Formats: sequence, structure tokens, C-alpha cells
Amino acid sequence: MIRWITIGALTLGLIGTAVWGYQEHQEKNAILIQAENSYQKSFHELTYYMDLLNDEIGTVLAMNSHERLSPQFVDIWRIASEANTNVSQLPLGLLPFNKTEEFLSDIGDFTYRTAIRNLDDDPLTSEETKVLEDLYVQAKEIKDELRHVQHMALENNLRWMDVQLALVNNDQSDNTIIDGFKTVEKQVEGYTEANSQSGLIGVSTKPQNHIEDLPGEKLTEKEVQDLGRTVLGVDQSEEMDVTSSGDGADIPFYTVSYHDDDKRAYMDVTQKGGYPLTILIERPIGEKKLSLHDGAEKAEEYLEQMNIENMELYQSMELDKVGMYSFLYNQDGIRVYSDSVEVKVALDNGDILGLTAENYYSNHHKREIAEPTLSEEDALEYVNPNIKIEEADLAIITNDLDEEVLVYEFLGTLNNETYRIFINAEDGTEEMVEKLGGKELKYSLDF
Amino acid sequence: MRTKKISLLIIFSLFLLLFINDDNQEIKAFSPQVIQHGAVGDDVIELQARLQYLGFYNGNIDGVFGWGTYWALRNFQYEFGMEIDGLAGEETKNKLVQASEYDEAYVKEQIKQGNRFTHYGGTNKQSDTGNQQNQEAQQTDNTTAVNVPQGFSQNDIQLMANAVYGEARGEPYEGQVAVAAVILNRVASPSFPDTVSGVIFEPRAFTAVADGQIWLTPNETAKEAVLDAINGWDPSSNALYYFNPDTATSPWIWTRPQIKQIGKHIFCK
Repeated sequence: MIRWITIGALTLGLIGTAVWGYQEHQEKNAILIQAENSYQKSFHELTYYMDLLNDEIGTVLAMNSHERLSPQFVDIWRIASEANTNVSQLPLGLLPFNKTEEFLSDIGDFTYRTAIRNLDDDPLTSEETKVLEDLYVQAKEIKDELRHVQHMALENNLRWMDVQLALVNNDQSDNTIIDGFKTVEKQVEGYTEANSQSGLIGVSTKPQNHIEDLPGEKLTEKEVQDLGRTVLGVDQSEEMDVTSSGDGADIPFYTVSYHDDDKRAYMDVTQKGGYPLTILIERPIGEKKLSLHDGAEKAEEYLEQMNIENMELYQSMELDKVGMYSFLYNQDGIRVYSDSVEVKVALDNGDILGLTAENYYSNHHKREIAEPTLSEEDALEYVNPNIKIEEADLAIITNDLDEEVLVYEFLGTLNNETYRIFINAEDGTEEMVEKLGGKELKYSLDF
Repeated sequence: MRTKKISLLIIFSLFLLLFINDDNQEIKAFSPQVIQHGAVGDDVIELQARLQYLGFYNGNIDGVFGWGTYWALRNFQYEFGMEIDGLAGEETKNKLVQASEYDEAYVKEQIKQGNRFTHYGGTNKQSDTGNQQNQEAQQTDNTTAVNVPQGFSQNDIQLMANAVYGEARGEPYEGQVAVAAVILNRVASPSFPDTVSGVIFEPRAFTAVADGQIWLTPNETAKEAVLDAINGWDPSSNALYYFNPDTATSPWIWTRPQIKQIGKHIFCK
């Protein structure tokens, strides 16, 4: 009797396990298929958009009327952006495919800049037409390669899940999709060089780095240690950890770090001259005793101590017992937005918890500032008349084309919102309009 | 007779005390701090309530000194012939206290209940109870808003904190800030998606996303690290990649020019 009951129970158990296992298997499959489908969608869309991109660039070359040209450029810009989105949704992660993404983004930048330009007054130059012709050929080659990969994938039922698996296992030897994408990347690498020589695509006009011009000798290890102890407020007897930056760094710097039971401090200083680029100190912060305003005074004193002079408080923010302050360099009453530093102050005892000065040191230099051509009243003409202007100043900003321009900065309000408007002081161009936020309803997050 | 006199005296002095107390409350109003743009707390609530009472401020009384409060304060300073600096210093606060009334208990009660209400002088205190927002009123402080860096929401910060915690919770503090900075550097780079969520959820970009560790609840340190990175700190020195040399499987990642190592992570271009 007992034997039969046991057998019955075990059989039931077995059937139960089988059913459960089967369901799990089904579910797993469903999820895999879903993931596969979303990869497939991105892949097929990518090839489609590359095809379209090629066609549209071709159309531009054949076009004559300026009225149709601008919308066409906007279209190309949109398609390039869509294609880029699709690339970022494929599991390519560690497969180098950056050059292709950059290429698409460059096409986008170029067409956007051309689209917003008034092509009647300022038609395409012969150089730009040449660039377009090159882009047309390049887009065609990429398209052909991707269409080929797509064909192979469809014919052989290749799955992106296998691609992902191959990438995870680092076994990329024999996978048609991976090979195809590598070929595309190789091709694009070739173009990038050619394009950057033509001077219109692929070169972001990198502003001059002024850190190298700063006076000073290369620091010795001992000097770095001493500097670290002084700046980070560490006892002279303590040993600091010093490492040198690697090849990838923009400029050579030392990293000095220190930690004890309740404090971690670290700083990056330039090897030549010992200018602090980043300082960050972490420690538990006690009860808030200082106001945001007291903290601002501490921050100002500190900047003076660090010989960063003529700085003007531009923005302050209280974040949970810490004051965050942004300062801008002020040259003869003109704010320079690129020469900025941020200071972090603990509001329990006013200690400095951090400094970022890399922007300041790499952009800061004595500028020749021309007198503005427009007067403030003239510049106001270019501002939306519905905005109530509250403050006006002169400033230097870096515009979309990475050029430093002298602007009038207007702060104004419209419908309870505050806007910052930059009007070029030479020609009245509206360089930038920005809605200022800075606070938000508190959600019941555990903040 | 004597007792009557004494009791009268007592009553009189009690009254006097009451008055003195009242006066004290008036003076005690603000704390001695200078209130400036970006400040948070009870003083800001009082400042906003008083400015609203006088009709200068018509935003929400939320305890965060934002642009609306700034312009209201400047207009107040202008109208009352003071130096217009947008700072609530001693003189400004005294003028405000003289010119307006502030019913602290009432205002805080309304805030606590999540009511939309106005605190203008002259009109009856009115509260629009139909518009309850049903916030959990367990907050220890009275502010209903928070400062966020320009262009970011608390939710973006939370999402980044999740990623940082999942990726680098055992790392030194600057290593966590560096991971957050890499996310932001990628957003700015043309070779990566243009949004925080796009960068974080790019397939195979972060291991913490792939294995689900991103959904662990982040701690305060991770959130602080994210805020530092958003506010401009970049211990990675403009890195776009990082990897753990002990577990990295891709040979390609070793070909990137390296910038520095923080904790277990090597940061590279």
C-alpha cells in the first residue's frame, strides 16, 4: 500500500517537475525571441536608413533650388540621427564600431549646420559640394556592405543572440555579422582621415589648451608629496600615494591620494607647475551650522588662497549639508563662461571639500576684448519683446561653432520662468537662449 | 485688598510678559543667516511667505530659493529703496519683518498637508483643499522642492546612482565619481548615445546593466558621487572607457590609451 502511495507521489512529482521545466523553458525562449527581435529590428532599420541616407545625399547633389535644399538637409540630419540610435541599440558594446557612429554624427553636424544657414545669401561652396560627393560615395560603400551582411543574415538565419554570445566568449573568428561590421568600421576609418583633411568633417576645432603655457618647472616626487599634504590638509608626517598619468591623458598630471579611517582625499595636479586640476575630499558631514552664504565666503577665500583671482560667484546651490558654488572669471566687468571653477564646501564647519579648475586652467588667458559694436539698447532689439528683462551684462561665451564670442547676456522672465539670452554684441545673432530651472518638486524618493 | 493689588500686579506683569514674548517672536523671525540664491530650508519658506504676503512672489512656497524668489526679492529691494543685490541680509530681513506678517504655524500646516495655498496680505487665508497632492507627510523638514543641477531631474540622478552603485560600489569615492563622469563624457561624445539612459542601457556597455545589478538600491555615497560628477568633477580626466584588468575579456580594450587607475578600474580614452 505504502509502496503504491510512494510511487504515485513520485510520479506526480515527476510530472509536476516536467510541466514546470517545460514552462520555464517556454518562458526563457519567449524572452530570448523578444530580445532577438528587438536586435533584428534595430539591425534591419539601420541598413534601411543607411540606404536612405545614400539616396538622400544623392538627391541633394542633383538639386538646384535653394528652397528645397534646406528641408532636404534637415531630412538627412534626421536620418543620420535615426541610424545612430539604431547602432546604439545593437549589442556591439565592446566591438569597436565608434568610427561609424562618429561618421554618422559628423554627417548630422554637417547637414544641420548647412540646413540652418541661409542658402540664398550663402550658397554651398565648391568645397562643400565636394564633401557631399565624398559622403555620397562613402555612404554607398557602407550601405552595400551592410546590405550584404543583411542578406547573409537572412539567408542563413543568423541570430544576433549568437553575435552576443560570440562577443561574450570572445570568439569572434567566424561570425558573418561581426566580420561584416568590422569591415564597415575599417572602411569608415579610412574615410575619417580623408574627411578630416578636407577640413569640414571630423575635426572638432579643439580649442587651444592653455595649461601648457602656464609657468613652472616639473615637480619632483617630494614636491608633489608636500603640495598634496598642504592642499589636502594632511599631517606632514603622513605618506601620500602619488601616481603619474598614462598616455591617454590630455596633459601629464600626478594623482595624489590619501585616506584614513574617516577621510578620503585625492587631487590631480599638473606635472609642470603643480596646478591643481581636481580636488575631492570625502568625509562624513555633521550637522549643518553654516548658511549657503557663509559657505560662499569660504569658497571665495579659498580661491584667493589658490591664486585664482578675479572670480565672480555665478551660481550657488545647497545640496544636503553641502554648498556647491560655480565661479566665472571676470575680466574688466565681462564674464568669461569658459574660465569656470566649481568649489564644494561642507556646511558643518566650512571645510573645502572639492575644487575643479581644469576648465579654468585650460581656457584661461589674457583676452583682447574688442568694444562691442552694438549698444545694449541695440542688442535688446533682437530679444523677444515679451520677455521682461531684469538684468543685462556683457559676457564671453563659446558658441555652437566652438568660437569665443562677445555677447550681451540678458536675464529675463516670461510667464514665471526665467530665461538667459545671449545676443552677439557684433551682429545681434541670438547665440543661445536657455530656460533656467534648478529646482524640482520633491519626489518621495529616498533622497 | 493687598492680595487684590498683588494679583492685579501679577496679571499686569503676565500681560507684559506676553507682549514681550510677542515682540521677541517678531525679532526672532529669521535666523541670522544671509539667505542667497540656491539656499534651502525654513528661512526660505519664511522669505517666500513674506514676499508673497506683500504681493512680490506668486510662486509656490516650497523652501527652495530659486529664480522666482530671486526676482521677487530684488523687486522688493527696489520698491523699498534698498541696495538691489538679491541677498536677504539683515536690513532686508528687518524691512520684510516690519512690512509683512508671517503665520508660521499656518504656512507649515498647509505645506505639510500638501495644499496649494496663498499667503497674501489683506485677503483671508484661503486654501484650495481640492488640490491635495497626497504627499507622504513624513518629511522631517518642511521644504517641498529640491535643488537640481540645470538640465537634470532627480530621476536622472537616481538612474545614474543605480548605475554607479551597480558598477563601482566597492570602489573608493573618487572611483565612483569617475564612473559617473564617464557616463556624462559618453553623453557628450558623438560616438555614444546623447542621453543618460541611452548610454546606460546601450547593450553590452555596462556589466551591471547586463547582470541586473543596476537594480540594487543605491546608497547615499553613490548619489553624492553622481551629484559631484554632474556639478563638474571628473576624476577620470575625460575618459570614455574603463575596465577591470582582472576580469576584462576583450583584448581591444587594452589597446585604448590609458589615463589612470583608480581602485580596480583603469580609465582610458
